[in-house]
Amino acid sequence: MKRSYSLLRAFAAFLSLVLALSAAPARAEVMRMAVTTSFENSGLADVLLPAIREDTGIEVQLVVVGTGQALRLGAAGDVDAVLVHARAAEEEFLAAGHGTHRREIMYNDFVLIGPQDDPAGIAGAESAAEALKRIAAAQALFVSRGDDSGTHKKELSLWSAAGIDPAGGWYRPIGAGMGAALNTASAMNAYVMSDRASWLNFGNKSDLALLFAGDPALFNQYAYIPVNPALHPHVRADLALRLEEWLVGARAKELINGYRVNGESLFVFNAVSK
Amino acid sequence: MDSILQGLGQAFWLIITFDPDLYEIIAMSLRVSLSAVLVASAIGLPLGAWLAVNRFRWRRTTIAVLNALMGLPPVVVGLFVYLLLSRSGPFGVLGLLFTPSAMIIAQVIIITPLIASISHQAIRDLWAEYHDLLISMNATRGQRIRALLWDGRRALLTATLAGFGRAIGEVGAIMIVGGSIEHSTRVLTTAIALETSKGNLEFALGLGVVLIALAVAVNMTIHGLSGTERAPAW
Repeated sequence: MKRSYSLLRAFAAFLSLVLALSAAPARAEVMRMAVTTSFENSGLADVLLPAIREDTGIEVQLVVVGTGQALRLGAAGDVDAVLVHARAAEEEFLAAGHGTHRREIMYNDFVLIGPQDDPAGIAGAESAAEALKRIAAAQALFVSRGDDSGTHKKELSLWSAAGIDPAGGWYRPIGAGMGAALNTASAMNAYVMSDRASWLNFGNKSDLALLFAGDPALFNQYAYIPVNPALHPHVRADLALRLEEWLVGARAKELINGYRVNGESLFVFNAVSK
Repeated sequence: MDSILQGLGQAFWLIITFDPDLYEIIAMSLRVSLSAVLVASAIGLPLGAWLAVNRFRWRRTTIAVLNALMGLPPVVVGLFVYLLLSRSGPFGVLGLLFTPSAMIIAQVIIITPLIASISHQAIRDLWAEYHDLLISMNATRGQRIRALLWDGRRALLTATLAGFGRAIGEVGAIMIVGGSIEHSTRVLTTAIALETSKGNLEFALGLGVVLIALAVAVNMTIHGLSGTERAPAW
């Protein structure tokens, strides 16, 4: 009996020590949003977050993960909202009741990156599916995200549109984020599919170049989903709604459409105000 | 080679320009890792000593398990702590996920076995030497442990610093439970992972150099304060 009591005391001491060591000054208006790596890597967040803070007083903390994990965090109630890009997975998320509604905010597009000399000759392809067929036919190295992210899901849908089940030594799923996939492709001089924003911001291009873009199939819609407060009473639904209002408003439109990297605009604002 | 030199240049530039973001990240790294070391030492050092002076049935097994736990994969610890602290998990109501506290808890789990194992090793040797003396003085178990901990303090310092080394360089667990949120839970290692993913390899390497410099500085400070490695105190 005595021993269990002292154990309890030791545990209480441990907890209070952790709490004392980690006590941070309390901030009132903080919300967490899970976003995809491609959004974070684009650099747009660095423009939007200070403006959001200025206009609404909300400090948005970004948890940067793949779309699959972002939706998992939302379903568990660990974040207050998600900003992702995988239509089918978002619909499933809503159908399961994890989110209140889905609001389209903006889009950009996916591009096919590859070695500058383009051994598979995809630069002149008619469509994205045709370009992938040429890569498969040439057995040229192709790096796939392989991480159940929005980009990965898009890539798989394009392969199935091309009627190809990608497999073999030339197809390399690496199970990592966009940046890691680009780094790997850069090191292997391989083909890879990326969102345009991550590619333009990527600092380690070496011999890679943008070879194919423009097919409507490569359209990439970002949507905002607040986490359902009925399932998770602790989520800051009030802040999530205020953030949504800001994201579909005039200031967001101006900043998103005006965001450029190397003179190229990355995102197109397409939220519809209610 | 160019990239490596550029990385060193970046590190130097970051430090001398007093980049406020960098200092914020360094402060968070230190706060998390030093707190974790403090808590883990408070558990691990007495545990190591206790294992050295006590004989009980499962002692061998306990020590073997403790030694094995030194190799705990941080990602698994991160996942485990995430599932505990997630809003859908048993401790979700505390709201600790994605806070420095969550990172400290994960690191405590990672480094406590390391500190306990190394201190057990050191205390066991010392116990062999002190055994007869302490028994003949009729010292209580608590007194024995205190005497051994105090006289073995230099070896225990090594155990603590090994724990600090593992904590400050750890990325897998704190990425999952901390989320690497800018101005909130971002530390040096997760910043390095982020910059690498952006393809800013030189900048990432620069941060790595800062991390190593920081670890060296902390070790030297602690050695300086505790007065080890000086001529009269071999």
